[in-house]
Amino acid sequence: MITVSHYLTLSSLLFILSVAGIFLNRRNVILLLMCIELMLLAVNFNFITLARYLGDSAGQVFVFFILTVAAAESAIGLAILVVLFRSRRSVDVEDLDSMKG
Amino acid sequence: MSMEQVYLIIVLAPLLAALIAGLAGKIVGRAGAHSITILGVAIAFGLSAWTLTGLLNGSIEAFNGTLYTWGVSDDVRMEVGFLVDRLSALMMVVVTFVSLMVHIYTIGYMREDPGYQRFFAYISLFTFAMLMLVMANNFLQLFFGWEAVGVVSYLLIGFWFKRPSAVHANLKAFLVNRVGDFGFLLGIAAVLYFTGSLDYQQVFAAAPGLQGVTIDVFDGRPWSALTLICILLFIGAMGKSAQVPLHVWLPDSMEGPTPISALIHAATMVTAGIFMVARMSPLFELTHAALSVVLVIGATTAFFMGLLGLVQNDIKRVVAYSTLSQLGYMTVALGVSAQAAAIFHLMTHAFFKALLFLAAGSVIIAMHHQQDMRQMGGLRKYMPVTYWTALIGSLALIGFPGFSGFFSKDAIIEAVHFSSIPGAGYAYVCVLLGVFVTALYTFRMMFLVFHGKERMDTHTREHLHESPWVVTLPLILLAIPSLISGWLTEEAILFGNYFGGSILVLPSHDVLAEVGRHGTTPGYFLIHGLLAPPFLLAVAGVFAAWYLYLRRPDIPARIARRFARFYRLLLHKFYFDDFNERVLVPASLALGRRLWRTGDEALIDGAMVNGSARLVGWMSGVVSRVQTGYLYHYAFAMIIGLAAMLGWLLIGS
Repeated sequence: MITVSHYLTLSSLLFILSVAGIFLNRRNVILLLMCIELMLLAVNFNFITLARYLGDSAGQVFVFFILTVAAAESAIGLAILVVLFRSRRSVDVEDLDSMKG
Repeated sequence: MSMEQVYLIIVLAPLLAALIAGLAGKIVGRAGAHSITILGVAIAFGLSAWTLTGLLNGSIEAFNGTLYTWGVSDDVRMEVGFLVDRLSALMMVVVTFVSLMVHIYTIGYMREDPGYQRFFAYISLFTFAMLMLVMANNFLQLFFGWEAVGVVSYLLIGFWFKRPSAVHANLKAFLVNRVGDFGFLLGIAAVLYFTGSLDYQQVFAAAPGLQGVTIDVFDGRPWSALTLICILLFIGAMGKSAQVPLHVWLPDSMEGPTPISALIHAATMVTAGIFMVARMSPLFELTHAALSVVLVIGATTAFFMGLLGLVQNDIKRVVAYSTLSQLGYMTVALGVSAQAAAIFHLMTHAFFKALLFLAAGSVIIAMHHQQDMRQMGGLRKYMPVTYWTALIGSLALIGFPGFSGFFSKDAIIEAVHFSSIPGAGYAYVCVLLGVFVTALYTFRMMFLVFHGKERMDTHTREHLHESPWVVTLPLILLAIPSLISGWLTEEAILFGNYFGGSILVLPSHDVLAEVGRHGTTPGYFLIHGLLAPPFLLAVAGVFAAWYLYLRRPDIPARIARRFARFYRLLLHKFYFDDFNERVLVPASLALGRRLWRTGDEALIDGAMVNGSARLVGWMSGVVSRVQTGYLYHYAFAMIIGLAAMLGWLLIGS
C-alpha cells in the first residue's frame, strides 16, 4: 500500500539529490540550473501530494504558478548563460568571481 | 629500661652509625667514620651478649612482640616485631661479634682505599640488616632482612666498581640470589595462603593442622601443602646459603674486599639460610620429603664443592669453596633434624672461617694484593701471628679433636650416621669423604702459603712483614673462640635442650639424643672422636697434603696429567658456570629481547604510546579538512544532517 509518506519521502529524496548536486558539482552553471529545476519539481511534488491528501486544490494551483515561474526563470537563466558564454568563453562557476570582495 | 628498648638499640645503633658514616663521611672523616661504626657495632655486641647471658641464666624472658604495625590489609598484618629467644640471641652475638672484629680489621685492611667511609657505612648497614633478619618475628621482616643483606652484599662485592670482574661478580650474585628469593617469596606467599598469617607463632601453631592439606601444583598431582611451603622456603635458603645448584655466586663474590668475604660471605649472611630453616623447624619437621631434599642437597654441596677447593690457586677461593662445603654440612644437619648441631656448626664456623678469611687477608696485605698461592710460600717466619692464628683456624676447620670445629662437625657426622630418613646413607658417605677433602685442601693451602720454598719475587720478599695490630688483634680474638668455644658450649647446645622451644624436633627424628646416648661431655666426645673414622680421614688428609705439597711437590702435577679429564672437570667447577652461561643466560637474554621487541617496543611504544598519538593526528587531519570556512559547505552539512535526521525519524518510527 502506497501511503502519503512514501510520496513525501520520494520528494525529499529528490530535493536532497538536487541540493547535493548544487554543492558537489560546482562547476557547470547548466548543471546548477538543472538542479534548481529539480528542486522546484520536488517542491511541486510535495504540493500535489498534500493537496490530494488534504483534499484542497489550492496546492495544485500553486504548482501551476511555480511551473510557469520556473519556465520563465529557466528561460532567463539560459539566456544569461548564453550571453555569459559569449563574453567569457566559459560556463565554469569558478571563473565567475568578479564580484568577490 | 624495657627489653623492647634494648632490642631497638641493638638494631638501630649500627644503622645510625652507618647513616652517619655514609651520608656525612666527608664531614666526620676517616677516623670519625671508623670510630662511630665501631662504637655502634660494639654497643650492639655488648647488649646482645648481655641479652644472651640473661636468657641463659633466666634473668630475662624470651621476648616476642610487635613494635610497630606498618599496615593492615584485610586480616594480613604487616608488622615490625622482634622474637628474641636463645636461638636469635645466639645469632645476634655471633653476628655482632664477627662484625665487630671485621670492623676493627678493616681499619688496617682498607687503610689506603679511597672508599674508606663508604666501606664502613656498608658493613654497619649490613650488621643492621642481618640483625633485623635474625630478630624478626614474622615473615615479612625476615624477608626485609633477607633482601637487605642481599643488597649490601651486592654493593660490597662490587665495592671496587671500576673492576669489570667485580661488577660481573656482584651482578651474578644478585641474579642467582634472585632465583632463590623467588622461591622464598613464593614460600612466604604459600604460608600466607594456607595459614592466613605472617607471624611465626601463629604459623607454627597452624602447621600441624596443615598436614593433611594438599594442593595441585602440576595437573592432578596433589602435593602436601607443608612440603610445598618447605621446599619453596628452602629454595630461598639455597640461594642465600649457596647450595648446589645456586652456589655459583659465592666463589665469585671473592672479588669483594677480604673483610667482606669474612663477614658476609663466610660468617654471617650465607648462614641466613641455615638459620631460617632452623627457625622454621616446626614446619620442616612435619614433612619428610622436604627434609630429604634438604639432606641430599646439603650432602652434595658438602662433598662436591669441597673437591673444587683442591684445584684452586687463589687463596681466597680455596677458603670460599671450603665455606660452600661447610654450609653443606650445616644443611645436612638440618636435613637429619639435628638443627642444634647445625646452629652449633654455624657458630663455630663463623669464628674459624672469619678467622681464616681475615688471615688470608693479612697474607694478601703482606703480599701486596697478590692472591695466587703459587707465588707464596714460607711466610711462617715473616708473619708468626698470622701463621699461628691461621693454623688454629685450619685445625678447627678440618675438625681436629679439641678445636671448636671438631665438636660441631663430629656431631653432624654422627647425627647423619644415626638418621634413617631417605638419603641419609648417601649423605653419610658424602660427609665422611668431605672430611678427607677438607683436610687435604685446607692444609694444601697452609703448606703452600706458609711453608716450603719462598716463591715470591725479591721485591715482595724484602717488604714482607707482619700486619699491624688492628689486623692481628681480630685474628687473635677470633682464634680464641675457634679454639675453645666447642669445649664450653658443646654439651649445652647439643644435648642440654639449649634452644628450648625455639627449635622443634619430633621425638622420632631426634638423632642428637641418639648421638648423646653414651656420653655428652666434651671429654667423652674427644676420646670417642679419636677412634672414629672422621678423625682418621682428617689426619690422612693432612698427611696427604704434607706429602703432596711439601715432600714431593712434583706429584700433584703428575696426578693432574694422569687424571686430565677429572682435573678439567674440577677446573671448570663441574661446568655449572659454563652451563649457566651457554644455556640459561642466552635463553633468558633471548626471552628478554623478545619481550623487549614485541612487548615493549612494538606493543607499548609502538601501538599504545605512538599509536594513540598517530590516531589523534590522523583524526584531527580529517576534522580540519571539514572546517573549510566556506559558508556553502556548512549549509550543505546542515541540510545533509537535517535529511539524515529526518530519514532516521522516518525509518526509526
